[in-house]
Amino acid sequence: MIWVDTVLQGVLLGGLYALFALGLSLVFGIMRLVNLAHGDLIVLAAYLILVLTTLLDLGPFMAALVALPVMFAVGWTLQRLVLNRVLGTDILPPLLVTFGLSVVLQNALQEGFSADSRRIPAGWLETASVPIGPISLGVMPLLTFASAILVTLALQWLFYRTALGRAFRATSDDPATASLMGVKPDAIFAKATGIAMIVVTIAALYLGTRANFDPTTGPARLIYAFEAVIIGGLGSLWGTLAGGIIIGVAQTVGAQINPEWQILAGHIAFLAVLLIRPRGLFPRAFD
Amino acid sequence: MSAILSLHDVSKSFGALTVTDSVTFDVPEGQALGIIGPNGAGKSTLFNLITGNLAADAGRIEYLGRDVTRTPPMQRCLSGIGRSFQIPQPFDRLTVFENLLVAATHGRGLPERAVEEDCAAILERTELIAAANRPAGTLSLLQRKRLELARAMATRPKLLLLDEIAGGLTEGECVALVDTIRAIHREGVTIIWIEHVIHALTRVVERLLVLDFGKVIGIGEPDAIMASKEVREIYLGIEI
Repeated sequence: MIWVDTVLQGVLLGGLYALFALGLSLVFGIMRLVNLAHGDLIVLAAYLILVLTTLLDLGPFMAALVALPVMFAVGWTLQRLVLNRVLGTDILPPLLVTFGLSVVLQNALQEGFSADSRRIPAGWLETASVPIGPISLGVMPLLTFASAILVTLALQWLFYRTALGRAFRATSDDPATASLMGVKPDAIFAKATGIAMIVVTIAALYLGTRANFDPTTGPARLIYAFEAVIIGGLGSLWGTLAGGIIIGVAQTVGAQINPEWQILAGHIAFLAVLLIRPRGLFPRAFD
Repeated sequence: MSAILSLHDVSKSFGALTVTDSVTFDVPEGQALGIIGPNGAGKSTLFNLITGNLAADAGRIEYLGRDVTRTPPMQRCLSGIGRSFQIPQPFDRLTVFENLLVAATHGRGLPERAVEEDCAAILERTELIAAANRPAGTLSLLQRKRLELARAMATRPKLLLLDEIAGGLTEGECVALVDTIRAIHREGVTIIWIEHVIHALTRVVERLLVLDFGKVIGIGEPDAIMASKEVREIYLGIEI
């Protein structure tokens, strides 16, 4: 029974990793942009939620709701003013710029909030759990996992059922032809990054309520996000969710064997997938 | 019949090379004009000047009675100049229907609901309806050419520019495509068609224009043009 519990906890933890990864997957899928500041943007959103909870005396969920449009605007502006200028055939400039952004964000957060680790208070929810037979599942992990599935469904719907989604996919396919058809790639990219920041805010809500964070927490989250995206197959949303779950399960199983192995086991699972299926589990039909 | 498009002494050079040399011609509304000429005669450049992808060095281009010589390409597209490309460039990962939706919504500035039926009708007419939900990347060459045509149609052009759309097709495929183009033309769409496959061209167009070294060396009825000594010498390389 302990293994069932371990795997279930791992699946739920995977939901958190999937939330970290979905925004990254979205941006990479549409504009082939690897955002090295993704983890730091999650931490930025977590601080924003934290500030809103104290400033406006809101619960974490209401604060996240207020943070959503703010972060959308941050993403939109970032893409318009900075990232659109460096996108092109060379992949190096966007890497350098987002790396720089990562450094700037970490230092700015340290300046503003000090290096102390913080947590978004979630009251009774922090310890609430639902007993299922002999197993007890935390309410926050369950909410995290449900959110990951909802976000995946919502993005899937956006991509395949809406005009904006078709414009996203057309631009991702061939920006030059898309612009001949009257699609404006710069505007499309700005919306995409805005939407990615909405996912980032949801990820930040759960990151901040379930664990401590400080201004330097970002890069480690970025690694989990990368691993989930690559395990799933670049650009596949359900694949990203599966990738998150695989890392989550590997970590809890590893921790069950030896508590020191938690993080290591996640990375080993990632390496194993890379060895067996270098293109990920669910690569897109054609690249 | 009034002219939908007229070019007056239009010229374009790349450095010392004149690729369009004082080109003057009219296309009456509803007519189909074929453009032939050897490789490098400046046929595609002429299209780029008409769509605005290249700016003319001299001369005037009028579309629907307005001077559009300096109008940006997007504006010309919205005012009804549609174009297919020599090499089909569909969005491979989008379905055939979605390819049309993107062209129609962005090319006409309309919401999807307003163009869905129209797109379906175009797929019907270009015989792609059975492939509507397939990713465009899985299409055959003929289907890709048809999609190129359908996508140009989805912007509801008044003037349709076709650039070597029959190239690379087998004889049977070519006939099938020509039938579709004729059907579109019969609906009143004005067509300018660059093509090397002359027998395909002459089944649709009312007039032929021959271009050589950027100059118009003949324009008129296809039979008369093909019979002219000058055209046969320059274009077909036949010494008479």
